[in-house]
Amino acid sequence: MGGMHGMGPIAPEPDEPVFHAEWERRAFAVAMMAPTRGGRYARERIPGPEYLRMSYYERWLAGLCMALVEQGVVTAEELARGTADPAKPKGTKPRGPDDVRRALTTSGSYMREAKTAPAFSPGDRVRARNLNPIGHTRLPRYVRGRQGVIERHHGAQAYPDTGAGDAQALYTVRFSARELWGMDAAEHDSVSLDLWEPYLERA
Amino acid sequence: MAHDHDHHDHGQEPPSDIALRVKALESLLLEKGLVDPAALDAIVDHFEHNVGPRNGARVVARAWTDPAYRERLRRDATAAIAELGYAGAQGEHMVALENTPEVHNLVVCTLCSCYPWPVLGLPPVWYKSAPYRSRAVIDPRGVLEEFGTELPDDVAIRVWDSTAEIRYLVIPERPAGTDALDEEALAALVSRDGMIGTARL
Repeated sequence: MGGMHGMGPIAPEPDEPVFHAEWERRAFAVAMMAPTRGGRYARERIPGPEYLRMSYYERWLAGLCMALVEQGVVTAEELARGTADPAKPKGTKPRGPDDVRRALTTSGSYMREAKTAPAFSPGDRVRARNLNPIGHTRLPRYVRGRQGVIERHHGAQAYPDTGAGDAQALYTVRFSARELWGMDAAEHDSVSLDLWEPYLERA
Repeated sequence: MAHDHDHHDHGQEPPSDIALRVKALESLLLEKGLVDPAALDAIVDHFEHNVGPRNGARVVARAWTDPAYRERLRRDATAAIAELGYAGAQGEHMVALENTPEVHNLVVCTLCSCYPWPVLGLPPVWYKSAPYRSRAVIDPRGVLEEFGTELPDDVAIRVWDSTAEIRYLVIPERPAGTDALDEEALAALVSRDGMIGTARL
């Protein structure tokens, strides 16, 4: 939704609590702990009008329910009924509080070994490809077809679009505000994004 | 998932059905042996008590007072932040963005709500909501004004849209007249919004 107008005022809330209701605490924790993959991917497939109407944790809950059923963790019937089907196998060893504390306070790494040398170097002029996939992508619409400059090569991270987790070079690419938004934008303002190599071509 | 009420994006008065649905889901996963209730409590406790903007403020105050630390933060922010004990999920790959008299940095996640948990905790509702996510990239000066932050025209704004697994922390400029303050007193001056970039200190 980057660059869209008409979404209303931002409305910061003074002294905002971490959670606003008990159900938000539980929804967040359950979503973190449920044995599913790709919660963000599921949340992005919530139909647009519903997505905008939902609050943040309603989206988490909706995405979690989608992922649970799609990945066969629970059946749609179990979800609707709220009780387990006795014929289905049960988990035996869910992650405990110590596992959680360790996972939340120790950093893993999203960096992967690249199979090929990076195609671009800092300073190279590139264009974001005009890709419009139906599924998941992390290439925002507002940079597609726009020219920018490679600012930094981070190494390689799993490429989100294929879902296969193949490593691709990741770069910070800087776009001038005028390239993105036209001459009304301030001359020296810019927007930088972290983009995978398949999103980019030499300009 | 039909709602028959006027929705607002704050979640303060949730439809009672959602609280019930969450409860039902939790008990289903419990019954299936897929989640441990003590682990759920540990998650909530972590985000309500262990992480939050106070962590990031200590990083900023250290950067203000220790030039060698600031240099390490520039070179490898993940490692420099870990020196102060802050690491973990959503802080795996950190980049520090230094504000200067010429450049002001502003962080957004237009695609979802990526946010550096170890140093800032969970994001506020406005950060995750459509108005901020849509407008921060196209109208950063308007967004700053909405936060009461006026930026001179000759200060360039650099917006950072966290589209991958890299997380950003803004290092605000040290306010004038704070030479006498120690690190702890300086940390108290650093606000969450200052480290997102919607405020100047």
